[in-house]
Amino acid sequence: MSDVKKFLYVNRKAPYGTIYALESLEVVLIGAAFEQDVALAFLDDGVYQLTKDQNTDGIEMKNFSPTYSALGDYDIRKIYVEKESLEERGLTIDDLQHLTYEDEDDDWAEKDSIQVVTAKELAEIMDQSDVILSF
Amino acid sequence: MKFGIMVNEGPYTHEASDTAYHFTKAALEAGHEIFRVFFYHDGVNNATRYTVPPQDDRNIQVRWSELAEKHNLDLVVCIAAAQRRGILDENEAKRQGKDGDNIAPGFRISGLGQLIEAGIQCDRLVVFGD
Repeated sequence: MSDVKKFLYVNRKAPYGTIYALESLEVVLIGAAFEQDVALAFLDDGVYQLTKDQNTDGIEMKNFSPTYSALGDYDIRKIYVEKESLEERGLTIDDLQHLTYEDEDDDWAEKDSIQVVTAKELAEIMDQSDVILSF
Repeated sequence: MKFGIMVNEGPYTHEASDTAYHFTKAALEAGHEIFRVFFYHDGVNNATRYTVPPQDDRNIQVRWSELAEKHNLDLVVCIAAAQRRGILDENEAKRQGKDGDNIAPGFRISGLGQLIEAGIQCDRLVVFGD
């Protein structure tokens, strides 16, 4: 087995209401230091985690959504969002933050991190992962 | 096979910790190795020695501690999750200026890197949660 494993962080819950989304992000940020092959998946209510213009003033909780835009700096380039979950909630990719990374193999070109995938494609991505952490 | 176990829910409210315990015990009895059990989210609440369930119920915390002693298990509680929820060992209590600690025997407090390491080192990382 090679030293680098494929880690997939599966995010299924809304950003607020429970702490899973916030603490998942904490694992992702720590895990980024281990130089593994990292991907994130957002499905079910988890797609709300990436929505833009979040405002948490009314619930007096920290709005941690700006942290997602730092994922590119942590060399996290693969963020999968399930198409069906977006559609069920009346969302499109335009409702999500524009997340990017810089590709050092392509003259540091700025590239999109988010890929909208079908449930079937996501199942294949899960199948190809070595370690799946589900939140 | 070498297993890593992740427990993401607290005791009693949710069955995740029970199921994780039974899985861990069965794996050990079948001759497998448990590299580490990592407690995260409300799972850190499995590590307080102050739980006092009714006598006719299982004691989830004591059960983990006994399993750890019998099999020399590495039970790791995430420090960030533990601090939020008031799970402290002696060092942390001192460092945070608290008047006591509550961590149960067999558990230790450490960082999230221990979870990632389990993912890297183990053949399977099994997550028990909601």
